[in-house]
Amino acid sequence: MRPFLTLVARDLKLAVRQGGALGTALGFYMLVVTLLPLGLGADLNLLSRIAAGVLWIALLLSALLSLPRVFASDYEDGSLDILATGPLPLELVAAAKALAHWISTSIPLALLAPVLGILLNLEIDAYPILVATMLIGTPAVSFIGAVGAALTLRAHRGGLLIALLVLPFYVPTLIFGIASISALLGPDGVTSPFLILTAISLAAVVLGPVAAAAALRIQMQ
Amino acid sequence: MQLVAENLALERGGRTVVGGLSFRLASGEALLLTGPNGSGKTTLLRALAGFLAPSSGAILLAEAPPERERAELCHFVGHLDGTKSHLTVAENLAFWTAYLDEGGGAQRERLEAALDRFDLAVLADIPAGYLSAGQRRRLALARLGVAERPIWLLDEPTVSLDAASVALLIKVIAAHLAGGGLAAIATHVPMALERAREVRLGAAAAERSQ
Repeated sequence: MRPFLTLVARDLKLAVRQGGALGTALGFYMLVVTLLPLGLGADLNLLSRIAAGVLWIALLLSALLSLPRVFASDYEDGSLDILATGPLPLELVAAAKALAHWISTSIPLALLAPVLGILLNLEIDAYPILVATMLIGTPAVSFIGAVGAALTLRAHRGGLLIALLVLPFYVPTLIFGIASISALLGPDGVTSPFLILTAISLAAVVLGPVAAAAALRIQMQ
Repeated sequence: MQLVAENLALERGGRTVVGGLSFRLASGEALLLTGPNGSGKTTLLRALAGFLAPSSGAILLAEAPPERERAELCHFVGHLDGTKSHLTVAENLAFWTAYLDEGGGAQRERLEAALDRFDLAVLADIPAGYLSAGQRRRLALARLGVAERPIWLLDEPTVSLDAASVALLIKVIAAHLAGGGLAAIATHVPMALERAREVRLGAAAAERSQ
């Protein structure tokens, strides 16, 4: 357990020191959401109706921006080889790096979402639910994304390829993320979409690292 | 402990770079891998570390501690230094100490000893991004000191080191061998080590070109 936490702590420290990845993701998120009302015009009812969906889609796209770096920097400087000789199986190395991505990118994006909700006239009641669904749903974003990052490690301009590979797998998270907001806001407070969203994230957390490690083994040969 | 290769064949991009290689390396012995560029030295070291599966033959460990994979008994120092530019020298090494060393205890002392041994103590608080190539190499080699591992796999460890550092490295390797460790070293420069055996790779390459 200690090597795992050591690796997560190092990745978080590097994310803070380098700074660029998080700044880019947050900036991109803010810009995309800001552009939308400018394009659609100031129809407050329309904006309020599509707000949750827009915030979710923009979050997925912003998280994609920082995914290529999840394994690339360790691969390029040789750290990945040494990590593979450590006490952790490669599955846990991949899990640690995906977890660090979730903490350093997905959580800040989820926390920025309500601020951007103001721009889209999001209903007041929806704020806590939006943040909750994003915090519960984004582990799937980071852990499925890690598989894409591992697969495209040696690909030239892998960033675009990651988007093609990974975005289809984000569809369930997107559908149930938005469905759980409207279901929870409804008169009956239905929780089943929220539970499915949780299940998707849990499955991604378990299966993602296994797939990512298999891809890393091939890339390291 | 013994590291054994039996009739080993390794492929790279569909062509055999090492073929029919057998050796038996016992505790206290060093294997010096020589041969021209492209003769498979790095490929062999990566296979010994377990990154690459042999296309035929086998790599075995005899008299090794049970329940530990081969990779966990190896220190691998490749062409790339595995240092992070944004972390200081001490932070880089402290991470590898905490990550690679499961024994716990006396980590602080081991870290300082490793820094001292490779003359890195004065650079401890400088971000690794500002180091010269040789200093980076020394930082990568300092990793050998932070965790106790019997097998050292070194891929051209003397590249960009100055003469004094090369002498120091040879002393460190000799001490490791004297302590019962074993080492496989790919090198283009002669290394004055007792109980060193040379394996010249490139026979397969020569055959191909005929």
